[in-house]
Amino acid sequence: MSLIEITDVRKSFGDNEVLKGIDLDVEPGEVIAIIGKSGSGKSTLLRCINGLETISDGSISVGGAQLLDDEAHLKALRLKVGMIFQQFNLFPHLTVGGNVMLSQMVVKKTPKPAAEAMARKMLERVGLDHKFDAYPDELSGGQQQRVAIARALAMQPIALLCDEITSALDPELVAEVLAVVRELAAEGMTLLMVTHEMKFARDVCSRVVFMHQGRVHEIGPPEEVFANPRTPELKQFLGVH
Amino acid sequence: MIEFTIWDVLRNLLLASRWTIVLSLVSFIGGGLVGLVLLFLRISRRKWARAVAKYYIELFQGTPLLMQLFIAFFGLGLFGIDVPAWLAAGLALILWSAAFLGEIWRGCVEAIAKGQWEASASLGMGRLQQMRYVILPQAMRIAVPPTVGFSVQVIKGTALTSIIGFVELSKAGTVVTNATFQPFTVYGLVALIYFALCWPLSKSSQILERKLNVAHRNH
Repeated sequence: MSLIEITDVRKSFGDNEVLKGIDLDVEPGEVIAIIGKSGSGKSTLLRCINGLETISDGSISVGGAQLLDDEAHLKALRLKVGMIFQQFNLFPHLTVGGNVMLSQMVVKKTPKPAAEAMARKMLERVGLDHKFDAYPDELSGGQQQRVAIARALAMQPIALLCDEITSALDPELVAEVLAVVRELAAEGMTLLMVTHEMKFARDVCSRVVFMHQGRVHEIGPPEEVFANPRTPELKQFLGVH
Repeated sequence: MIEFTIWDVLRNLLLASRWTIVLSLVSFIGGGLVGLVLLFLRISRRKWARAVAKYYIELFQGTPLLMQLFIAFFGLGLFGIDVPAWLAAGLALILWSAAFLGEIWRGCVEAIAKGQWEASASLGMGRLQQMRYVILPQAMRIAVPPTVGFSVQVIKGTALTSIIGFVELSKAGTVVTNATFQPFTVYGLVALIYFALCWPLSKSSQILERKLNVAHRNH
């Protein structure tokens, strides 16, 4: 059984069908890059996996937790899969430490000392333990995104979804965030990332998914997908002729 | 003919102001509590709850406070319920304040970026937890200036209750005028007392707005 099972998922916004039957199975420890033009449905797919969007048809399960539209099932699913956003979405009224501790204490009912220890450990992992008492708006974009990663990791998910996590960053800050992701991949974390960092996808990912018009258009190991694109759409996307 | 000094007039007005203050506090606090319920209904995921709150707010914002006072005072009387003026005044003002406060606060909650909901949801928080730990602490900061500003409207709104016979500042003004035949002096003093109650509130609303906006820091 795969860790993440996406079976014939369809999603419509009104009359507009953005996902037209997606099948994708992800094994533990796999790092998957999802690429494609904007509007191809890649972000929507990622958001469906942890229930930020409801699906119109099909099924999704992560580590045995089914995606169903009620609060108990959603919570069970979200405890298994963390998400990191393009805009960081840190809680501005809490310190860095508070951001990483909040959901542990509120959702998992972890006592404060244990939550704090976990928060420090995760912040150390992303190289920001010295910023524990700082507020998000005192940090650079790259630092904020690393805090967001620590916040997701503190819930000990079995998989992470990354939605264009470097797209809102200044170019010089991209590397520090990717370095953290690379490390996570090396430690065996299962990652699904929508990304425009083709070089990163080529170096780190085990499989690349090319989405086009709401379907998985091509899928395969990066060396194959990037070196030998089979369809004209992927060739055009990659700019090879 | 009895002569009244300014002090006699002022003393009577000040005594009556206590009721203006009490009625304002009751309306504001009661309205705040009902307004909070309206807020939760208004942003609920259930359609019927949103509809109930929406129609409530439209009804109370779309009719004059004076009519609401009349209906609370005379309307219930039709059913044989004897409503004292203070009860009708308090009830109508609470329901009226709730409609405005609920709507002000809904605007503040909706001003919080969608990403805050999504991030807290993706961490496994339920809707109430999201509200309590993530959304409301941020929304409350932006809600302070308009809420304080609205409290001024509540104080001035209490003046209308004089019409159904509740003796607060305005009603006392009428009574004192009838005894002294000095309407300009009496109503001038009444206005000054209202101003003394309202001005500090409007001023603090402005100061709070500046303080919370210019720095534009969230802590």
